[in-house]
Amino acid sequence: MNKLYEKYIKTESLPTLFCPGCGNGIIQYAAIGAFEKLDSSGEIPSSDIACVSGIGCSSWIPCYFKLDVMHTMHGRALAFAEGLKLSRPEKKIVVFTGDGDCLAIGGNHLLHAAARNIDLTVVMVNNYIYGMTGGQKSPTTPKEAVTKTSPFGCIDEPIDGCRLVTSLGASYVARWTTAHPAQLEKAIAEGISHRGFSFIEVLSQCPVQAGKSVYGEKDPSKIMEGYKKNTYLFRGGEAKPDKDGRIPIGLLHRDDEAEEYLDKVEKKLKSQGLR
Amino acid sequence: MVYNVNLLTRTQLQIQPNNYLKKVRQGTEVPRREDMDKKPDSRSEVVLQGNEACARAAVYAGCRFFAGYPITPSTEIIELLSSEMQKAGGAFIQMEDEIGSACAIIGARWGGSRAMTATSGPGYTLMQEAIGFAAVTETPIVIVNVQRGGPSTGQPTLSSQQDIYQARYGSHGDYGIIVLSPSSVQEMYDFTIKAFDLAEQFRTPVILLADEVVGHMREKITVHTGDRNIKRPKQRFAVSPSVDFFNGANSLVEGQLHDDMGRRIGHLPNKSGEFIEKINRKISDNVGMIADITTYCMEDADAAIVAYGSVARPALNAVKRARGIKDDRILPKFRVVRDLVKRGVKETMKTDYSHLKVGLIKINTVWPFPEDLLRQAAENVHTVIVPEMNVGKYCREVERVLWDKNVVPMPKCGGNIHTPKEILEKILEEEGVDE
Ligand SMILES: Cc1ncc(C[n+]2csc(CCOP(=O)(O)OP(=O)(O)O)c2C)c(N)n1
Ligand code: SF4
Ligand SMILES: [Mg+2]
Repeated sequence: MNKLYEKYIKTESLPTLFCPGCGNGIIQYAAIGAFEKLDSSGEIPSSDIACVSGIGCSSWIPCYFKLDVMHTMHGRALAFAEGLKLSRPEKKIVVFTGDGDCLAIGGNHLLHAAARNIDLTVVMVNNYIYGMTGGQKSPTTPKEAVTKTSPFGCIDEPIDGCRLVTSLGASYVARWTTAHPAQLEKAIAEGISHRGFSFIEVLSQCPVQAGKSVYGEKDPSKIMEGYKKNTYLFRGGEAKPDKDGRIPIGLLHRDDEAEEYLDKVEKKLKSQGLR
Repeated sequence: MVYNVNLLTRTQLQIQPNNYLKKVRQGTEVPRREDMDKKPDSRSEVVLQGNEACARAAVYAGCRFFAGYPITPSTEIIELLSSEMQKAGGAFIQMEDEIGSACAIIGARWGGSRAMTATSGPGYTLMQEAIGFAAVTETPIVIVNVQRGGPSTGQPTLSSQQDIYQARYGSHGDYGIIVLSPSSVQEMYDFTIKAFDLAEQFRTPVILLADEVVGHMREKITVHTGDRNIKRPKQRFAVSPSVDFFNGANSLVEGQLHDDMGRRIGHLPNKSGEFIEKINRKISDNVGMIADITTYCMEDADAAIVAYGSVARPALNAVKRARGIKDDRILPKFRVVRDLVKRGVKETMKTDYSHLKVGLIKINTVWPFPEDLLRQAAENVHTVIVPEMNVGKYCREVERVLWDKNVVPMPKCGGNIHTPKEILEKILEEEGVDE
């Protein structure tokens, strides 16, 4: 078995519950690649990293890791992670969440965690669908897409998680896709070492519960090809779809000067003579 | 990077206080600065409000993380802890809602900090899913519910005991839980400390089910002024013993039913059934260790009042009236009459109740239901009055256990607490007038 797998995956818990062709496996592998990058360079030992996730297929990603992991409630991963972080400020917490978990039921926690710029790394797996519950519309489902709960075509304007958290004060924002595993790995490592709220959206595929109507393709490899075709590398300006409707990917926003939440707390306490 | 050094060492201390202190004593470890500052435990008397007493007790009990969201009538707790928690070297956060607050304290506890939140009414309802998560993951947390009148926004400023069943069965699914009900400011203080200890001992969420009356009243109480040496109990009762994060154990905290390794078993009916049974029985099999009641004048009683929380106060007053006991030693600084006058209740006590041999059974641990203790205490009475500030809920439990007695519910809704006279009249009605 692959060395990286042996080091970071609880092999006794395999196989994972992901369907064949699911994007979650690629993201899982990118994440352990990022942990290894930080661990082997000595920057952040993997024993200083814990993972927290919500509910959904994507939230199962960390459950196989040889790390401390909390698999929590639908939408609430960020709240659990903030408590954990505040209790152990010196540690690094990585949150795995889905488009539904993060932007629908967990939307309020996302707003506030981003606004606090608290030192957490969020990997939001956007497969444009509620995968776990069998293919219902999510906050990112494209307009007109037919899903189990939008039988006549989706009418809601999709939510762009990256623009949302950037507007609120997240200090590292990136978007990659399952067709860009190496770049994704690098972004996750950067997000973890960045001090502040890091938000990494991964455009992924759920070939089982969503197909042509959502991605324009059914076959997982074709969906990933589509991600290569329908995206462009962001090089500044506004991180919006271009005139051909292609989605910006890459590092969308980074502010290393932004003050992190725990640092702000420390500063306040010092000014009061409490530290 | 700037780290919170104080917080760090405190948290680490909580993980292995005994070993660490032993090493300090043996001279193999240099004591950290804040331990040299550690004050020896002593006691003093102060006048405190119930909610303040709860907040102070939490700090003494070793709570080092508080997350909350303001709501009447529990707000004083979050207000006080917004400074006191950080002064004690812990962390405080005002979350975006009560769901987040309950989740954050669970996260903090896995980081190694004892953690608490406090709320009322609608906020408590929002916390229910997280309470189930804490139960199934066996996370020791303390949740304070200073009850107000409901349903919905209900009565923000008035008291009730309407959440007695929600405290036991509020989250979906079957689980065991411990719920304590304080009747005085002293008990707000003592039961808060006890809540933390029981939570750790049984690896379970513990609810401090207070109400507006005890939350807002002021009394002179005895408090600890030093620092507590917190012992970490063995995980004797945990179904799946687990290790706090960052100890190299690769703990998996899993909301789905799981085995010792945290691996899901939710799809396996037999294993899941066993798990559910264990998670309930770790509480129900140990009622003897958890249950706590207080009895007054029960030795020769013919009738008993069974009460909990603030209603135990007028209940005790009723017993004292009937028994002609004038001193305040039974429940120190008993001030219910003054409270009642403040609330506009005019009390005249002309009727003679002196022939009534009435006693009080005050339930301190409302859940798990203290069946055996209650049966023993009520063995010789034939009438049992159960006054409570709701439509008459807990009396059903009392009826179930004291099925051979004349159990009389005495519900009261709207926000006013029962008066001693009302309780005595009820007993008179049941027991008859002495001819
Ligand atoms: C409070 C609550 N409501 C609903 C559900 C059911 N549920 C489980 S996963 C899910 C959607 C998950 O979608 P997403 O976050 O996009 O994850 P994916 O499965 O697509 O990776 C829902 C609605 C739940 N578990 N809890
Ligand atoms: S349902 Fe979709 S998201 Fe879930 S595991 Fe299967 S392919 Fe992946
Ligand atoms: Mg999804």
